[in-house]
Amino acid sequence: MDLFLQQVLNGLTLGSIYGLVALGLTLVYGILHVPNFAHGALYMVGAYVCYFTMADLGLNYWVAIAAAAVVVAAMSVICERLVFHPLRHAPPIHDKIAAIGILLFLEAVVQMYWGADFRRIASPYNQILQLGGLTLPAQRLLIIVGAFSLMGALHLYLKKTMTGATIVAMAQNREGAFLVGIDANRVAMMTFAIAGALAAVAAGLFAPINLVYPAMGHLVLLKAFVIIILGGMGSIPGAIIGGLIIGFSEALGGFYLSSTYKDVIAFVLLVVILSIKPTGLFTKGVR
Amino acid sequence: MLSIRNLTKRFGGLAAVNDVSVEFGANQINAIIGPNGAGKTTFFNLVAGAMPPTEGVIEYKGQDLAGKSPDSIARLGVARTFQTTMLFEESTVLDNLIVGHRLRTESRLWDVLINSKRLKADEKRCREKAAETLEFVGLSHIGHRYIADTSQEERKRIAFALALATDPELVLLDEPAGGVNPEETDGLVDLIHKMVDHGITVCLIEHKMDMIMRIADKIIVLDHGEKISEGTPEQVKNDPVVIEAYLGKEDAEA
Amino acid sequence: MNRAIDFLLGSTMRWLLLALAVIFPLVTDNEYHIYVMALAFIWAIAVYGMNIITGYCGQLNLAHGGFFAIGAYVVAILTVDHGWPFWPAFLAAGLFGAVFGFVVGIVSLRLKEHYFAIFTLCVGYIIYLMIDKWEALTHGSLGIINIAPPEGFGLVDFTQTIPFYYLVLAFLALAIWLTRRISESLLGRTFRAIRISDDLAQSLGINLMRNKVLAFVISTVYAAAAGGLYAGVVRFIGPEEANFIHTFDMIAYLLVGGIGTLMGPLLGTLVITWLTQAVQSLEEYRMIVFGPMLVLLVIFFPRGIVGTFLGWRGRRMARQAPRKTRESRVEQSDPHGADSKEARNNA
Repeated sequence: MDLFLQQVLNGLTLGSIYGLVALGLTLVYGILHVPNFAHGALYMVGAYVCYFTMADLGLNYWVAIAAAAVVVAAMSVICERLVFHPLRHAPPIHDKIAAIGILLFLEAVVQMYWGADFRRIASPYNQILQLGGLTLPAQRLLIIVGAFSLMGALHLYLKKTMTGATIVAMAQNREGAFLVGIDANRVAMMTFAIAGALAAVAAGLFAPINLVYPAMGHLVLLKAFVIIILGGMGSIPGAIIGGLIIGFSEALGGFYLSSTYKDVIAFVLLVVILSIKPTGLFTKGVR
Repeated sequence: MLSIRNLTKRFGGLAAVNDVSVEFGANQINAIIGPNGAGKTTFFNLVAGAMPPTEGVIEYKGQDLAGKSPDSIARLGVARTFQTTMLFEESTVLDNLIVGHRLRTESRLWDVLINSKRLKADEKRCREKAAETLEFVGLSHIGHRYIADTSQEERKRIAFALALATDPELVLLDEPAGGVNPEETDGLVDLIHKMVDHGITVCLIEHKMDMIMRIADKIIVLDHGEKISEGTPEQVKNDPVVIEAYLGKEDAEA
Repeated sequence: MNRAIDFLLGSTMRWLLLALAVIFPLVTDNEYHIYVMALAFIWAIAVYGMNIITGYCGQLNLAHGGFFAIGAYVVAILTVDHGWPFWPAFLAAGLFGAVFGFVVGIVSLRLKEHYFAIFTLCVGYIIYLMIDKWEALTHGSLGIINIAPPEGFGLVDFTQTIPFYYLVLAFLALAIWLTRRISESLLGRTFRAIRISDDLAQSLGINLMRNKVLAFVISTVYAAAAGGLYAGVVRFIGPEEANFIHTFDMIAYLLVGGIGTLMGPLLGTLVITWLTQAVQSLEEYRMIVFGPMLVLLVIFFPRGIVGTFLGWRGRRMARQAPRKTRESRVEQSDPHGADSKEARNNA
């Protein structure tokens, strides 16, 4: 039983990280209808900015996460301005190829600067809490609490602020949003900024219990895609729920089935789901 | 020709087309009109097979089209045009039309690999068909022009030609005169008449009321997915229900 | 000017290129260059496959590198672990590419646009994970060494660079010839109609699934065959062959040369391969150049080298003719129109 609860905790940790990354991806998809293949690279850059701020500048963990959020948000906005905005009317495969271009570029730059070695970020919170037979490393608790507070903050932002409400409106109906005179450029930039910041924070939270390396974004990106297909492309609650589903199935599957193939689980889920329902699990009707 | 009974399409709880029954006679021009969002395009998509109806029967020459795929419906002789027909910009007008007759050919990959007689015959037929339809729509002279250099009105005609290349008996035209000037509209009207003269049944959606009133043999009026009126242009024009539906939206005569 | 461009793109040019390729090993005494060229040809074969599904048919397949790796592994496993000679193993690679492509195609091609791209990205990753983790079959991260080279049956020795170069060249010529056949036939037109729009293609009576799966299977056979040749020349392979990077490399080749054109895949592959060679230090960090180049290409030159040439020629041809055409149109369409309008109104 304890072992099971332990896996649930692990699943929750994974799920909240995946959820954060998927949230950004789904927001961007909702606004621009671009599957942003560069999102995983933004996540990776976030981890490296954290690493740099802590290891090279010797600053505090929280400062590092904030720095990562700001830097990556800015990069994300630059990508929108320089790449996705000019391509918004291009044939559908072009924006995807451009996103891949950004991904390759960012990875190569990071690799040139830091090399391909695995790096670690020390967690400032090494305590381990014991609760009954359950082991709770403080960093994992931090991830869960941090991720969910961020999701809560995002929810408030989208519900309570004007820009937030516009993002939601535009995600639901782009053409309609143009008609009522929404400044689409501002909304798109804001969305990319949020998406970048979320990815960076996710990377910063996860890095202390994981490794930092140039290709670290690949799997996370693919899983985030699986999640948003699962939850419906463009759906915010879908991203969170999908993140948890993948997080739990990975933790439990990795423990009870096979730890070698735990990374395959998400993709098998995807293949099964799309084989049955080609438009995703929670989508209403086809456009 | 086309007999539609109790056709319904619901999205979620909303009925985009609700219990519409109508008969379209062969060799006539049938028009579907109605205010924006009345369900005209959905109606077209149902007949062309782009989406399956929730309920109802679409009987075409004794067969029920409901639930059939668009390509099999096209092979049965129902062609359609789109509001904006995407064409292959980087090739010539004639080149664009050749694929239109593909559905009447049988060549497979194997024929392509060995360059079989059947393939050669098929290609010849497709080319002839393309030239023939191009002549039909009056554009033989621009066959070798690139699509990127054609006018809006020429594109409309090319779209007609592409649909005609499939050897249809029923043609669904989605806003055939959208975005062209009145003079050009007259030319397209003539072309539609010419199609009917050659034994084709036409069914069209259009916003240009004066054009509809001039050419349609039969009009059905949709509003909020329901058929509110049908008949000759004269009957529909004087139907109080129709005037009511259009009131405040646009003048039915304009 | 038009003549020059026609010449550049016409069949004369293709024969000239072939002749150049044939004499290339005779004019250079640098064996390494011949080897690089042979490898580039192998990649070009795979890029021709990608051109069929992505260029002609418009479906961005991000698992293409995975199929290349599958072809290489089929040859490697059959020759090393099962003692097969190269040629039967090579045939098996093509066949397996077709069968596996068919299965993946049936599932993935029901998905549209983004979903298809994301799905195939995942398929590519599953292939990579499988190769990396299924040690009993693939030797895992150790890779497979001592792969059998193509047998020359006592006539030629394909472990030598120059004979192998000509072997690969023959396959490349076959690949281009086949692509040309397909592209210029009704089948190619069918694929391009799908690329324009699924809806349009269907309204013309084209069965989407059947044609997309066909294009996909053709492309995976190209990829698997290229992979098989690769295994035969390099004779050592590892899970890295299934890395995404290779798929992205191929996208870059395709885009630089001209997506959906006949000579684009070859030109793109050669240009980038030799540019990378010219700046040796680029090899590892080539993506610093490739990445932004991909972005700039899709924004400013989405049609690549060959496509841009074709567009240029098209516009020139169009400019030559307009005056003549306008007059003849008036003559043609008016008289008939007036008649039938009258007839209708009176009826």
